[in-house]
Amino acid sequence: MTQTTPLWEVFIRPRNGLAHKHAGSIHAADEVLALQAARDVYTRRGEGNSIWVVRSADIYASDPDQTAENFDPAADKVYRHPTFYDIPDDVGHM
Amino acid sequence: MVWQALLELADDHLVLGHRLSEWCGHAPMLEEDLALPNMALDLIGTARTLYARAGEIEGAGRDEDALAYLRGERDYRNCLLVERPNEDFAHTMLRQLYFAALMKPYWEAAMGSSDPVVQGVAGKAVKEMAYHIRHAGEWVIRLGDGTEESAARMRDAVAALAIYVDEMFDDSPAALAAAGVLPRRADLRGAFDATIAAVFSGAMLDQPAAPYAQRGGRDGLHSEGLGHMLAVMQSLHRQHPGAVW
Repeated sequence: MTQTTPLWEVFIRPRNGLAHKHAGSIHAADEVLALQAARDVYTRRGEGNSIWVVRSADIYASDPDQTAENFDPAADKVYRHPTFYDIPDDVGHM
Repeated sequence: MVWQALLELADDHLVLGHRLSEWCGHAPMLEEDLALPNMALDLIGTARTLYARAGEIEGAGRDEDALAYLRGERDYRNCLLVERPNEDFAHTMLRQLYFAALMKPYWEAAMGSSDPVVQGVAGKAVKEMAYHIRHAGEWVIRLGDGTEESAARMRDAVAALAIYVDEMFDDSPAALAAAGVLPRRADLRGAFDATIAAVFSGAMLDQPAAPYAQRGGRDGLHSEGLGHMLAVMQSLHRQHPGAVW
């Protein structure tokens, strides 16, 4: 079926103020049917109030073979985490 | 009688809901295998509330289960369209489009009902019917304007269901007696025709002139298929009265 009916990635926003999150994927002939299928498959239990669908083929993803060179260099740079500052009590929760 | 008019309406919803549920596990793709039962559950939910209300007004102690499971086909008062067999996807989607195209304006009008239960059902059902029109309508467009095969099947469905459309707009004596509680179906033909015309123009379909109108559903005169459907639907309750899970 994948040959004749494209695959779509579904993103759901659970409520206003939050970001759309990946929920899964569905098959559909075009974007209108993809939205309907996403609604029917992934929002049956009140999971969201907004849906995005994106053709899976349009997603350009990082190469698993490049995982080390992409992500390992960040591992030893703890100073990028803002955890070394004393926060004045008056500021409260940040 | 108002309770009989509610019963007709509930029967429409239960029978069509059960027909749609027959696709569960058999739909051509997983997405539709969920979408069709979703729509079935919308309809069955509406039927349950209407049966409960009808039984309450009748005052003879019949609850929703008694009305759904313990009446034979001659006691069912649904219009004939909703009992038509699923056949293929074209038949199923066109049947759904026809029903929703009538029921959306019906429930819009019923939001002004004098009965609070009907009002409550209407508010929920209007949104459900809007989605059913969209879902079924988009399929009718894609099948009608699709491949040679899908277009031929869609035209077959239009021809096969044509004779069942007019009956949907008949108001039985019970329905007329329920004025104020329920809308008149005859008033909704214009809204229905506009919805169908919009979908059919996108689907490259012509609305056929029906050679005649098949009637009888509101008098309990049904096609053979309804008896088979009810036998399946009612067998569990009849073998195990009062069964729950």
